Amino acid sequence: MSTPRPTIAALRAGENFADRAGRLGTWLACCLAITLLLTCGSLMVGTSSIETSLGWLFSPDAQATVVLWEIRLPRTVGAWFAGALLGLSGAIAQGVFRNSLADPYLLGTASGAALGVALSLVAAGGSIGALAWAGKLGITGAACMGAGVAIALTVGLSRGVLQTASLLLSGIVVAFLLSAVTSLLLLTKPDIWREMQTFLLGSTGFVSWSSATLLAIVFCVCAVPSILLARGLDALTLGEDTAQSLGLSLAMLRLTLLGVVSLGTATAVGQVGIVGFVGLVAPHLVRETLSVNHRQLLIGAALCGGALLQAADLLCRWIIRPAELPVGAVTACIGGVYLTFLLWRRSRDG
Amino acid sequence: MTYQRARAAFTFGVVLAAAAQSAWAGPVLRDDLQREVRLPANPQRIISLVPSLTETVCALGACGRLVATDRYSDWPAQVKALPKAGGFEDMEVERLISLRPDLILLSRSQRITERLGELGVVSFALKTESYADIGHAVRVIGQILGLADQAARLNEDIEAAVRDIGEQARAQRRGDGPSVYIEVDRAPYAAGPSSFIGELLARLGARNIVTVDLGAFPKLNPEYVVQHNPDVIFISPADAADLAQRPGWEQIRAVKEHRLCSFSPDVRDTIVRPGPRVAQGMRAMADCLARVAP
Repeated sequence: MSTPRPTIAALRAGENFADRAGRLGTWLACCLAITLLLTCGSLMVGTSSIETSLGWLFSPDAQATVVLWEIRLPRTVGAWFAGALLGLSGAIAQGVFRNSLADPYLLGTASGAALGVALSLVAAGGSIGALAWAGKLGITGAACMGAGVAIALTVGLSRGVLQTASLLLSGIVVAFLLSAVTSLLLLTKPDIWREMQTFLLGSTGFVSWSSATLLAIVFCVCAVPSILLARGLDALTLGEDTAQSLGLSLAMLRLTLLGVVSLGTATAVGQVGIVGFVGLVAPHLVRETLSVNHRQLLIGAALCGGALLQAADLLCRWIIRPAELPVGAVTACIGGVYLTFLLWRRSRDG
Repeated sequence: MTYQRARAAFTFGVVLAAAAQSAWAGPVLRDDLQREVRLPANPQRIISLVPSLTETVCALGACGRLVATDRYSDWPAQVKALPKAGGFEDMEVERLISLRPDLILLSRSQRITERLGELGVVSFALKTESYADIGHAVRVIGQILGLADQAARLNEDIEAAVRDIGEQARAQRRGDGPSVYIEVDRAPYAAGPSSFIGELLARLGARNIVTVDLGAFPKLNPEYVVQHNPDVIFISPADAADLAQRPGWEQIRAVKEHRLCSFSPDVRDTIVRPGPRVAQGMRAMADCLARVAP
């Protein structure tokens, strides 16, 4: 399924540039307003009642200060940046693969990260001496390293990044193989099952200011080159041959953008676990509401992904408080419902 | 005449078969899956697929009747040498059958029960989750093995030891029982009062910060622990090291004053397995509480 050509769609709709710019401005303002609202809301929602949290804002004691500014705020800020990274990576992946079903985990990053975490947990349990190095990495380090290894395997297997079909197939093969190894590990070490489940379903519970800062830095590092190269993605929508005939260095474009996807996904997964659907749904949400080129799509998908994960984080700690749901389960529910709605609407419209 | 002889021979055969069956068959007991199970009399080739049930068989002095266990059964030392027939959900059915067991003991949540029934192997499922399940398992296994008296004595010993440890812990404490957070893993999943370890904690007179309504193993919002500010934290040695690095957790009394209880894998097994070594596990918990929150 190839991505729609936004500019052509816009022209067909008879919109002029000023209209589109106005709509985009309103859309971005709405997205930022929602983010701001969710941030304020996240300060109110936790294990205490909303009234208590409001009281804390106006007359905080030492414990309230810790809960509000050291736990709830970094958590929601970190969730936003992780969601933004996934949204951005998803939009890039869909552009590079020219497939609107592509998501950031397509290169095997999620499976690689899961295997890294499983190895780290087994090693931390002290049962395998040879894996002591993995135990020292910690969950985050192991997830990032696992994701990196998976990407290297995928690119190596497809002998570069030029062949789209080969790259996709390699990603699928690597993901299956690494998942199989993780399953075998889980089978022999059931002690780690619960912690693995937490990682596989995603969790924003322990996002600290240092995690949020790291996510913010990586977001900036990823956003700048991808926005600069967005025109290349626009050219790529016309087909690889046409893009090359326009003077585009396809290898360099793909290598840089897939590097961005890998870095962004690995960092997000390392900090909040495997959160599904955000990278897939965020670009769709933008395309369904706006006619955009890739530069606008990347910015919109990042904002949308951030707000989505923030909303999911808020819901997961509110629905069954003081306990909480895994954030990945909530994003899967939101994403699943949204994609079902899209399917229903398309079938209705013929 | 010939007819009468044939009839007599037939009747004799039926009686003989019935007698043979009654000699082979033991009691019919209802297991924890609510199945009526016809058990063999005095089983001699037993496979246990749950560590706590393996420990119970051995505590009754019948370790010699075990021909295999699951791969996690590791106490007493002699069961380590037995063949291992798989884990919890990855049993090797072919291996189980080839060992020709006359009885397989397993947990009621193990899916292999149905398959064993289809293959004509006698299996008996027991609930192994709470403190009350220990006494029940000891009593039933004692009955199955023909060791009812030993089982009654074992239950009395366990009950007395647990009661003594609880009373001692309460008597030695200066004030109220400490508030305790038991971390099952770093998600954080906690152990609530209705879990096995939660029950032991209550018997020691300590207060669990998790309430009953949250369930046996709830996934908590980390700020719940910060707000309840526990006096003591039970945590795995691997996770104890970086507790203060969790956002806001450096403020928790137990973390600030380093009132942490971590147990080696051997001791941890006695705390998390509802089996005959429960008193040892409870003693380890009581000793740690006395040390960090006198």
